[in-house]
Amino acid sequence: MIPLLGISTQALFGQLLLGLINGAFYALLSLGLAVIFGMLNIINFAHGALYMVGAFCAYFLLNLLGLNYWFALIISPLVVGLLGIIIERTMLQRLAGLDHLYGLLLTFGLALIIQGVFQNYFGSSGLPYAIPRELTGGTNLGFMFLPNYRGWVIIFSLIVCLATWFMIEKTRLGAYLRAATENPALVRAFGINVPRMVTLTYGFGVALAALAGVLAAPINQVRPLMGADFIIVVFAVVVIGGMGSIMGSIVTGFMLGLIEGLTKVFYPEASNTVIFVIMAIVLLVRPAGLFGRTA
Amino acid sequence: MSVDTASETITAPVEAAHPRDEQVVFLIMTAALVVAPLFAYPFFLMQALCFALFACAFNLLVGYVGLLSFGHAMFLGSAGYFSAHIAKVWGWPPELAIIAAALGAGVIGLITGALAIRRQGIYFSMITLALSQMIYFFCLQAPFTHGEDGIQAVPQGKMLGFINLSNQMTMYYVVLAIFLFGFLAIHRIINSPFGEILKAIRENEPRAISLGYKTDRYKLAAFVLSATLVGLAGATKAIVAQNASLTDVHWTMSGEVVLMTLVGGLGTIFGPVVGAFVIVAMQNYLAGFGQWVTVIQGVIFVACVLAFRRGIVGEIAHFFKRSL
Amino acid sequence: MKTSVAIVALAAALAWAGSAAAQNKNVKIGSLSDQSSLYADIGGPGSTVAAQMAVEDSGMAAKGWKIEVIAADHQNKPDVGVSIVRQWFDVEKVDVVVDVPNSGVALAVNNVIKEKNKVFLNSGAGTSDLTNKACTPNTIHWTYDTYALANGTGNALTKGGGDTWFFLTADYAFGAALERDTTNAVTKAGGKVLGTVRHPLNSPDFSSFLLQAQNSKAKVIGLANAGGDTTNAVKQASEFGITQGGQTLAALLLFITDVHALGLNASQGLTFTETFYWDMNDGTRAFSKKFASRMKNGNVPTMVQAGVYSAVLHYLKALDALGSNPDDGAKVVAKMKEMPVDDAIFGKGNIREDGRNIHPAYLFQVKKPSESKGPWDYYITKATIPADQAFRPLSESECPLVKK
Repeated sequence: MIPLLGISTQALFGQLLLGLINGAFYALLSLGLAVIFGMLNIINFAHGALYMVGAFCAYFLLNLLGLNYWFALIISPLVVGLLGIIIERTMLQRLAGLDHLYGLLLTFGLALIIQGVFQNYFGSSGLPYAIPRELTGGTNLGFMFLPNYRGWVIIFSLIVCLATWFMIEKTRLGAYLRAATENPALVRAFGINVPRMVTLTYGFGVALAALAGVLAAPINQVRPLMGADFIIVVFAVVVIGGMGSIMGSIVTGFMLGLIEGLTKVFYPEASNTVIFVIMAIVLLVRPAGLFGRTA
Repeated sequence: MSVDTASETITAPVEAAHPRDEQVVFLIMTAALVVAPLFAYPFFLMQALCFALFACAFNLLVGYVGLLSFGHAMFLGSAGYFSAHIAKVWGWPPELAIIAAALGAGVIGLITGALAIRRQGIYFSMITLALSQMIYFFCLQAPFTHGEDGIQAVPQGKMLGFINLSNQMTMYYVVLAIFLFGFLAIHRIINSPFGEILKAIRENEPRAISLGYKTDRYKLAAFVLSATLVGLAGATKAIVAQNASLTDVHWTMSGEVVLMTLVGGLGTIFGPVVGAFVIVAMQNYLAGFGQWVTVIQGVIFVACVLAFRRGIVGEIAHFFKRSL
Repeated sequence: MKTSVAIVALAAALAWAGSAAAQNKNVKIGSLSDQSSLYADIGGPGSTVAAQMAVEDSGMAAKGWKIEVIAADHQNKPDVGVSIVRQWFDVEKVDVVVDVPNSGVALAVNNVIKEKNKVFLNSGAGTSDLTNKACTPNTIHWTYDTYALANGTGNALTKGGGDTWFFLTADYAFGAALERDTTNAVTKAGGKVLGTVRHPLNSPDFSSFLLQAQNSKAKVIGLANAGGDTTNAVKQASEFGITQGGQTLAALLLFITDVHALGLNASQGLTFTETFYWDMNDGTRAFSKKFASRMKNGNVPTMVQAGVYSAVLHYLKALDALGSNPDDGAKVVAKMKEMPVDDAIFGKGNIREDGRNIHPAYLFQVKKPSESKGPWDYYITKATIPADQAFRPLSESECPLVKK
């Protein structure tokens, strides 16, 4: 056990692993945001609120319908995705062609409404949601005790992130989406229904947020404000990664989890702020983000 | 922030408002504010005036220069802390505390602006957010701010040695004077050759550069002016409320000023004033409704963006086919 | 804007007319709390209900008194709290402010209340400064404070064998105060603090900090935080097998609504100090049943809400003894300090000259799920700390009102 900078290597590995697990959450959350911004040029401030709705959905599925976690993983994103489609159809579509700012303000207003309504009915203390039986307990990895659920989180997030990236970058559907962002008129001329793709993409993006919410429910308390804590961090991840880049968000999410994990060991008070320092530095040195294409 | 592809811009129209219209509305506004304390609670009015100045200074940057800052709370809050600390711990008289704090905010504006204006559009906004979060963290950790307790029991003292600020009515007219000073300063900036260059930069920066203007310097100057005036608002607010707290440096405060300006009318001169009064009134009089205030604010946001993009003043101006 | 001006004008006129009455038997009680976020379940609408119940139970209406209860949301912001309180005094003619959780807000409004010579009956805030450095002749700190909590939990656990501690502290003044007071209690009882980590307020993830606590091998892990931070830390501690590994988790500030939110599975075994539990005796049970029936969500009262009831009841008793509302806060508080406190909530107690209300405190432990007979049946009473030992002794007080 050689102490490195005042902390044993064993403990350090433990912290790094925990950091990676948090990074998985950041990656998954920022993935949805990056998809929406990359494809639609909408800065979706409602992402945190919809993440929270996803977690609440899981809670209701369990307590009202008796459907456990595994059902929630599928049903919750579908429900929230549907909600997202409705939002896009009724409100966001009206703002197409206007300044990006309006999309941001609209989604910010929506976030306030959703969070306020949930707070009114569910208070602020939060509701309990247990870890699914199959994933309880943990394994002793030698340098730390890793709860099985956390191991599941990191593996599942990686799979979803890579699958999304693959779909967008390597499949034909993804190619259509990317083309539609760059030149909607031309793509429409080819007979592809661009508005419908936009709607579905928004639905997909928020479904990813809801998925992250279901993953978080057993670990964090299911509270109306659980998304508000995350939202600006997630924005920072997307900006650092490069606002149009899917891979950028994934890599940055994990990286940020690591850096935050290290900060928690050496200067824990600053663990909430370190990301903004990084964001400022990255924006000054490489404005398009680490992986972004310069506009 | 593209001007060409958008059918409606969030920035002010290029044609200036007719001077006559402006003067009339200005006189109406001043008259209303002078008699207001006879009808409404002066403490609430003073807060609204401080926020109105905050919103006007913010609007200077977004409406007339085209720079949307997500971090303006850093100037409001840090000026509040400076003026509270100077008045309480150093014991300076209120007018010096306010001026020193406003200048302090200007210095912060210089440093942050120099970093932020290197980028455009959404990246500029994101840098201001990041810088504001760092300042929030500093305010949280620095011992002189007392963390989340804030600086309490700030003395109000006597302005210029003889105007007793502890009297609410006297304090109100002093705050009104400060507000009118700030408002007229902004008006002067907009309608000066300097202001014309700012508008030119907003419309077409490459052309302005080709004409020989060092656009970065102008943008920085506008940023610093905006920061200083926001600082003036924050410093005055700390003396009025007799405390300085973390709420004023939190990023949600930056969001509130955007809301005020949006509701009032982005890019209009009088819009932010109206917007500030509406939002502060709503928060005060609906305080009994608890969580519904957030929902109502959200609904207003959504409604404004979908249907009332011009804001209250903008809609009125549009109705009368004028520019305000 | 015009309607609100009219309302304010009308209110001002009514208030003016009201105060013109000769023998003033009008009382207005203002319940200032967090109605919508972190502390809403601990105080919030429940405190307003508690105040209303106290008004009804006081029997003052039958004696010709007109008593009104209003409420507002300070949103955990000191400036909003100060603004509301000023408006209450200047426009609404409120006489007494009750509850006020969140120490920052409490300290801010404390100054205003002293300036306007009204009454402050604080039930919700934890800062022991309210009866120490910031004490005033207008303020009574009713239910609990950081000293009592730290002393109760720190002392009892250390004497019980948990003599090495590690703190998870929320990085703000309240967390630091809680850590400081508990450290004092632990070292006085012969224990040692092995380390501490300060986490940012509202941290969603505690895994890293819990790992550090685990590695320290301290026997007790003290959570010097509140609300969502505490519940998250507890939930994640059970996930990481902290208690199974032999370490005890001590929540330094916990309310029954937090236990309810966590569920017994996650919170079983938690040890902490409180001054009230709904199921202690017939008196508390009767009060709590009535309270729960009036609450939208059926929650039983937390110690904060019970404290509001007790404080308002005693306040009204003092007014009754004075015969009319003297419009002089310090005078009423002096009367309240004269009269001993005796009610179904806290039993027998008294209010000291520094404004501290003294009553017994209890060390509770959360039941295992198998031990609980139903919802809200959560606590086992492990120890009773008598009133004279529970709070900071006057000899250690820095309050200028205490004659040395």
